[in-house]
Amino acid sequence: MRDEIAPLLDVVDLHTVFQTRGGDVHAVNSVSFSVAPGELLGVVGESGSGKSVTMMSLMGLLPSSARVEAQAVNFEGRNIRDMSDDALRVLRGRDVGFVFQDPMTSLNPVFTVGYQLTEALRTHLGKSKKEARARAAEMLSLVGIPDAKARLNDYPHQFSGGMRQRVMIAMALACDPKLLIADEPTTALDVTIQAQILELVKGLRQKMGMGIVWITHDLGVVAGIADRVMVMYGGQIVEQAPVKELFANPQHPYTIALLETLPSLTGERPERLRSIDGQPPILGAKLTSCPFAARCRQVMDRCHRENPTRREVKAGHDVACWWDATQGGAA
Amino acid sequence: MLNFTIRRLMFAIPTLLVISFIIFAILDLAPGDPTASLPMTVPPEVRAQIRSTLGLDEPFIIRYFLWLKQFMITEPLNLIESSFGITIGEGDRLRLTSWATRSPVVDLIAERMPQTLWVVGMSQIIAVLIAVPIGVISAYKQYSWIDQLGTLFSMIGFSVPTFFTGLLFIVIFSVNLGWFPSIYDTNHVVEDWDSFVFQIKQMIMPTMVLALFTAAQISRYMRASMLDNLNQDYVRTARAKGLKEQTVLLVHVLRNSMIPVVTVIALNIPTIFGGAIITEQIFRVNGIGQLLITGIVGADIPLVQTLTFIFAALIVLFNLIADILYGMLDPRIRYE
Ligand SMILES: Nc1ncnc2c1ncn2[C@@H]1O[C@H](COP(=O)(O)OP(=O)(O)OP(=O)(O)O)[C@@H](O)[C@H]1O
Ligand SMILES: [Mg+2]
Repeated sequence: MRDEIAPLLDVVDLHTVFQTRGGDVHAVNSVSFSVAPGELLGVVGESGSGKSVTMMSLMGLLPSSARVEAQAVNFEGRNIRDMSDDALRVLRGRDVGFVFQDPMTSLNPVFTVGYQLTEALRTHLGKSKKEARARAAEMLSLVGIPDAKARLNDYPHQFSGGMRQRVMIAMALACDPKLLIADEPTTALDVTIQAQILELVKGLRQKMGMGIVWITHDLGVVAGIADRVMVMYGGQIVEQAPVKELFANPQHPYTIALLETLPSLTGERPERLRSIDGQPPILGAKLTSCPFAARCRQVMDRCHRENPTRREVKAGHDVACWWDATQGGAA
Repeated sequence: MLNFTIRRLMFAIPTLLVISFIIFAILDLAPGDPTASLPMTVPPEVRAQIRSTLGLDEPFIIRYFLWLKQFMITEPLNLIESSFGITIGEGDRLRLTSWATRSPVVDLIAERMPQTLWVVGMSQIIAVLIAVPIGVISAYKQYSWIDQLGTLFSMIGFSVPTFFTGLLFIVIFSVNLGWFPSIYDTNHVVEDWDSFVFQIKQMIMPTMVLALFTAAQISRYMRASMLDNLNQDYVRTARAKGLKEQTVLLVHVLRNSMIPVVTVIALNIPTIFGGAIITEQIFRVNGIGQLLITGIVGADIPLVQTLTFIFAALIVLFNLIADILYGMLDPRIRYE
């Protein structure tokens, strides 16, 4: 049972709604999950399924047009939702590291990489300028940037995309966070650099023992590094299971379809996730039916009337679907 | 950077030469006679002699080069001589003289320049000090009442012409409240605290009129630029690092937002000299704006030519300054 160890992060019933000119967008709908210390949770789902928004909602990183509600977001047993802005700020920089999706735009173009790397160290760990720079150089060489000390004085535009992603990772790891949230850190990179970064993170995780949330399109990546996988669709979690279990015994028709797009479960690195027929749902209103119903092969009447709640298949494996994959009929 | 600056300065020379030629040519076509203001009793022979000593009998192109030589070589040499107390060459050169006052044009301008520079310079500084905070707060609290107020301020500031604000200020602050003098005392000398206070008082209105007009524009640019940057990914990164909101805004966002705004400010400064022409008239400040008007009214062609050319040179200069500042603020720009 994974409940035995107190979770590092525990999210209960998270909802995020964007208020836009075209009406509300229900980007995250009743999401609950947890991450144990030292665990690597893979998050997969197609574009627009709410992966990034879920993670940013947790740490208050969304624009003001977003309304976030949650029963609880516990980090090491403390509810983030009850924290003051200052306490949350400290948590953000020191205990939780973020690597964002787009390395080309996520660094500030007018400050040197050294300045941007030392900022968090100086703010949260109270290091002097000199100590912070030493640590920053150490982090840069850790993520495999040669001649780190000299490169501290370079500006982001002097780094390639892959290098910038490494800088982002170094930045996220600088304060030794307990949790790293990496939002498609390798999607923008070419395959060899992707592999290098994966190895790097695997290594760092062992060395530092931090929990990791790894968002990706690429089930192949998930298979290689994750302990557990969470599949998202239409702003909700449709299935959640340990990685082996998910690949061996997928329950949700969406997960099954995803797995079918892989060339082979054990084979070489797959292509990026291929699309499944049909369009992702428009999240204009609260869901009253299953968001996947329109594209589902196993769709039943009930799917159009009620949004399925999550049920446990096995300990640690649950799914939100009216259809029972094991019996091949309604659950 | 130094190379770039030097190269740009070299490029500025032909530009300025072309401009000077056009200015000279256009104004030369204007009807004007250095002897027109003389009493009727002056006989025609004397008038002719005056014209020829001023070199007006020469063909157009010769007069152009003479003007150029006087302005570009003679006057700088005079300046060097008078500031270092030395004599270069024979020392006594034919100077560019005003038709109306018979005194050297450059001396006239040098006498008037400080007043204008003070008013324009102070107004720019005040404008930036007003506009930047308004822009930053308006953008950060977009659509709040404070943003609406900022929008109203810039709409009024920009759409109401300076001659109107000037008169309004005089009516309110001089006539009704009696706080500030309505006429600028140009003979006033600052020698102690009281006279300094008086100097400030008499500068406030002309400076503020220009400052408000400029601030109205800059605050809009500032707001737009801040809004642009607030949505950038790097802002999220900065927040994710757990930096104080103040640091995110005033270090990360402001630094980026200032890049286009600084350029706008620099490019705008020559225009302010233009605006000063009107304010100087209203407040009776004897700056170069007023000198220009006097020159135009009196058909004092050499004076007008020279002043117009100085305005043109200012535009070229501030263009260059804008480019250099841009390169200094944005590390992605490298001038090789
Ligand atoms: N600022 C915003 N305003 C309105 N809607 C938004 C905003 N940000 C995200 N959304 C919407 O929220 C939904 C989820 O977006 P999210 O970025 O989480 O997707 P994702 O799963 O990360 O996709 P990708 O794999 O492409 O990164 C999308 O429908 C998106 O349009
Ligand atoms: Mg995303």
